[in-house]
Amino acid sequence: MDITRKQQAAAQAPIPEGEDRETLLRYYHDMLLIRRFEEKAGEMYTRAKIGGYCHLNLGEEATIIGFCEGLEPDDYVYTNYREHGYAIGRGILPGAVMAELFGKETGASRGRGGSMHLFDINRHFMGGYAIVGGQVPLATGAAFALAYRDAHEIVACQMGEGTTNGGAFFESLNLAKIYHLPIVYFVVNNQYGMGLRVEQGSAVAEIYRKACAFDMESWRVDGTDVLAVRDIMRQAAKLARERHEPSLVEAVSFRFRGHSVVDPDRYRDQEQVKAGREAHDPITAFAARLQAASLVDEQGLQQIEQQVDSEVEQAVQFADQSPDPPLDTLFNYIYASAETESASTEGGE
Amino acid sequence: MAEMTYRQALHDTLREELLRDENVFLLGEEIGTFEGSYKITAGLLHEFGPRRVVDTPICENGFVGMATGAAMLGLRPIVEIMTINFIILAMDQIVNHAAKIYYMFGGQCPVPMVIRTPGGGGQQLAATHSQNLEVWFAHVPGLKVVAPSTPADARGMLRTAVRDNNPVIFLENLALYNVKGDVPDGDYTISFGQAKVTKEGRDLTVISYSRMAAVALDVARRIEQENGLSIEVVDVRSLRPLDSETIVNSVKKTNRAIVFEEDWLSFGVGAEIVSRIQEGAFDYLDAPIKRVASVEVPLPYSKPLELAALTGAKQLVEAIQELAPRRRR
Repeated sequence: MDITRKQQAAAQAPIPEGEDRETLLRYYHDMLLIRRFEEKAGEMYTRAKIGGYCHLNLGEEATIIGFCEGLEPDDYVYTNYREHGYAIGRGILPGAVMAELFGKETGASRGRGGSMHLFDINRHFMGGYAIVGGQVPLATGAAFALAYRDAHEIVACQMGEGTTNGGAFFESLNLAKIYHLPIVYFVVNNQYGMGLRVEQGSAVAEIYRKACAFDMESWRVDGTDVLAVRDIMRQAAKLARERHEPSLVEAVSFRFRGHSVVDPDRYRDQEQVKAGREAHDPITAFAARLQAASLVDEQGLQQIEQQVDSEVEQAVQFADQSPDPPLDTLFNYIYASAETESASTEGGE
Repeated sequence: MAEMTYRQALHDTLREELLRDENVFLLGEEIGTFEGSYKITAGLLHEFGPRRVVDTPICENGFVGMATGAAMLGLRPIVEIMTINFIILAMDQIVNHAAKIYYMFGGQCPVPMVIRTPGGGGQQLAATHSQNLEVWFAHVPGLKVVAPSTPADARGMLRTAVRDNNPVIFLENLALYNVKGDVPDGDYTISFGQAKVTKEGRDLTVISYSRMAAVALDVARRIEQENGLSIEVVDVRSLRPLDSETIVNSVKKTNRAIVFEEDWLSFGVGAEIVSRIQEGAFDYLDAPIKRVASVEVPLPYSKPLELAALTGAKQLVEAIQELAPRRRR
């Protein structure tokens, strides 16, 4: 894809004027935290601490932090099942995420959901969803509720490019446009479904072009450039917040590993994958830009690295030491009681 | 107390709930400008405007999911699915999402929503427009499924459904909409999971729900007048939760049971009810339990074929005559 050359150019571009140093270092920290967290999750999976399916965000760190930083803290986020990084990026503690992967009571979803179903009502992190496309109508409905109440918040709905070939995607974008809902559809195009290349599965491989069917604004952005993703997200969020217009952002990223932890990735040329990891590593690229702008030195980067390692270690410890859900709670949460507070009172309008 | 049709009872309840709670809104295909395929929502767009009465495009999975998402943020959507046949297009959002969200995310986010939809055949609408699929939903933990048979129950149970904090499948029936009945005044509600003995009797029990519960009551009254058989009728009203106790107690009294249902026989609602009876009243049974259900074919268009496939009063009468205690024959 010709985005490759653009990506390399962007990854090497100087840091623009007016960026705040502390904020940039936080982006770097957050991206590195996701990287190390995911590497650790892969390790814990192979040690059988984590069950089920486990899909990692390795290589997508800039896409995630750019997405999260383009939103306000109260905005609502829906994602697919490759969402550990999004949960962390939206403020769920790494310990609560790791505990959920371990199936513990202290996990983000009290151990009922696992890797693919992280949730935090207080942070308006409205769930990872494991049926491809399932989150898209739901996110559209959340935006409907916000419009209904004339609220200030918006919804951002993340999905993979494979989702854009299914009915839920088309139905939802149509609904969002006819009702003028405050939502940003955020498509992470990592160029593969599981093993199916985007060109094989989608008649239009440039996903952002699909938005024209709904007369909807859309952008394609380099998903390895955290600042570019953030800026496009801000633009899309502003459109949703101020004009109640939905839009679509396509972030082109590069998946470092197979579809999930257990996928040996045989369908990709491993030489190319290796080269791709080097060419499209959003974290080393960002570190180089920070250093080129004299915003951080080697020692500063090492300090961040140490801090991140310690955070991930603490997350694992917390998860390991947390209790399993008690067996006598098996039947809890099937039905909400009459007294259950719904999001309208809990979240505050 | 006022006499009104099932349709009117639904309409008035929707209107009252819209007036009562700002979070309640209606959505569905052709419910606004067109006033509903079966006119349940007649006049409501005019009264409440397009914010509260939302016409949707034809995309069941999309708008049921949209309703679910709105419910996650505390609105109380009431979805109309034009007929239950079209709900199949929304199965992913209902079964994989609405039914799962409260549990799967550890009790953080209730989904207070109602999906109203009519089932039923007999109108020569052929195979894709005549089904009774309620058992699919009754199978799923996380959903509630109710199926009232009278205007009074429809009113009380729709109120309960709208005020419940969970996804509720509210089953209606095309042939019930014009049925009239007395409806009490006041803001009464009917709890889910409470079957109702609509007619007391001694010789056998007929257990049913939705339209067949109304047919069963007619048949029971007629047979009692004609040949003195005393038939008890239990209208379960709610499939999930299911009130086993009322069913079992009735069978303990009469010792004979027929389950009467409009859906297909195999794996139908009756199969579950029969199972509950044998678990709770095995020693009380004087005869095997009978099931009267629709014939297992995709419903044909031809009127004679359709009549041959559907169940109804005639089939129930035959079953009663076969099962009734000999002394009464």
